[in-house]
Amino acid sequence: METYINKGNKSTKVGFGEGVFLAATNLDEVVVLGADITASVGLDVFAKNFPHRFFSLGIAEQNCVGVAAGLALSGKIPVFSTYGVFAALRTADHIRISVCYNNLHVIIGGAHAGISVGPDGATHQALEDIAVMRVMPNMTVISPCDATQTALLTKRAIENLKGPVYIRFGREPVPDFTSEDQEIEIGKGQELCSGNDITLIATGHLVWEAIEAARHLREQGIHARVINLHTIKPIDAEIIIKAAKETRRIVTLEEHQIHAGFGSAVAEIVVQNHPVKMKMIGIEDRFGESGKPEELMHKFKLTGDEIFYTVSRFLHDNL
Amino acid sequence: MTLNPITDSNSLKDISYEIRKDILRMLAEAGSGHTGGSLGLADVFTCLYFSAMNHQPENPSWEQRDRLILSIGHVAPVLYATLAHAGYFPKEELKTLRQLGSRLQGHPGRDHGLPGLELSAGSLGQGLSVAVGMALAAKLNRQTHRIYCILGDGELQEGSVWEAAMSAAHHHLDNIIAIVDRNQLQIDGKNSDVMEIEPLADKWKSFGWIVTECDGNNHSEVLDAINFCKKQENKPQLILAHTIMGKGVKEIENDYHWHGKVPSKQQAEDFILHLTK
Repeated sequence: METYINKGNKSTKVGFGEGVFLAATNLDEVVVLGADITASVGLDVFAKNFPHRFFSLGIAEQNCVGVAAGLALSGKIPVFSTYGVFAALRTADHIRISVCYNNLHVIIGGAHAGISVGPDGATHQALEDIAVMRVMPNMTVISPCDATQTALLTKRAIENLKGPVYIRFGREPVPDFTSEDQEIEIGKGQELCSGNDITLIATGHLVWEAIEAARHLREQGIHARVINLHTIKPIDAEIIIKAAKETRRIVTLEEHQIHAGFGSAVAEIVVQNHPVKMKMIGIEDRFGESGKPEELMHKFKLTGDEIFYTVSRFLHDNL
Repeated sequence: MTLNPITDSNSLKDISYEIRKDILRMLAEAGSGHTGGSLGLADVFTCLYFSAMNHQPENPSWEQRDRLILSIGHVAPVLYATLAHAGYFPKEELKTLRQLGSRLQGHPGRDHGLPGLELSAGSLGQGLSVAVGMALAAKLNRQTHRIYCILGDGELQEGSVWEAAMSAAHHHLDNIIAIVDRNQLQIDGKNSDVMEIEPLADKWKSFGWIVTECDGNNHSEVLDAINFCKKQENKPQLILAHTIMGKGVKEIENDYHWHGKVPSKQQAEDFILHLTK
């Protein structure tokens, strides 16, 4: 089985900041809006290096979205980031009308995504942002698996895409295992492990856990395919349909509500093209809570070990 | 070529009169829409597009143009009628308002390609933020054009307007002129009954804005207010334009029921017959 080496734990928010900085070095049009938590979302490097292109707007997320729209209408490429709960949810109507209806190239960074945010608890753990962002017309939704990939996709989204983009990333340092020169394209999934017994389709931090689970499964003689869907919208239908046909069972993994989220996005493709049994692993219609990140990942059964058990049971019940 | 500014009140009155006729006819044809506010703002729009603003109707994406952000998208008819009169598109097209396939959407939608339209808008409380973004970009680019933003008085009940107001003053955006359509009415009735917004001038001043007031249905007063704003530096400016909802049609003036009601085709012709300049 393909093996992946953790180069060292690194937060995906740091990757986001690096991606913005690199794009800003290439493009004078890139500007950043601060919503009082600039360092906390990885944008302090930009603010220090490009102070004249950094605008502090305070704790006023709705205004940030509208200001971003105005800047984009004037030819700038604005990046606005705060915690995903505020970036995507508090601002939803402003994103819908000022950004998406106007189809503007605004980059919205949703930080503190998922349960792994940890001790801050339910108010600050974004578990509904994928659902709300992916339903918006014109929006691209990106959810990279590690810091290296976050930097690559952020830079590419800023430089190459045209319309609105939502990029989702976490707080906790997590295994950084993809390579700087990886083959990657927005809208195309990556098959990280091959196998034909079942497919694990994961997004964000859970891609690493899916690989861990696949390793355990391999020890039991089960060959699991692992797919990293770093782009949730537009979704890579081809790679999903192929997996459904070839492996006959699909498990989805997300640090998000399973309802209307990532698993649902995969299911929309599966049921309309090649229905197979599916299992959605994620948060099951409840709020998060405080705890150490690793404690929460364990409690919500999102670690490699827990995923292995859940997948084994699913296989046993659906032979 | 930039339009030659018209400063003569009688000429401006004539234009507003024609715009009001078109507003009534297009709304009657559409069968739905917002009559009161559109009529009330006809004089302000005439002053902007025929006198105050620097723009080129034959070149709508001219980089140096003054921008007009209509935050209250529901009064789209006054914007459409004014744009057509200014030469952005044929007046004939006004008849297509709210129809399937029309460039004149019920609330402005840029995706339909109407020349001169700066922003798709209709959800209240968002336009001033967009104006702030445009003003920041202009400052960054060292451009001297202005951003005009039309707000409703009822709209000021939206909290996001005040986020935007705070940010415009914080960043010293003296290139924004916001105009509040102060007709004192909203769908449920008087502002003061629905949700009091006074003291309005003091609120904006305390948020760091320069505030001036005028009769929004008097062309020379509107132009004086805009000219006063143009002379200010370091702070954004706000004009409280006191208007009459339904202005020009005596039967419906100051009647909040006409916020979102339209005349029948016969009624529209009757209104036009008695339309005051």
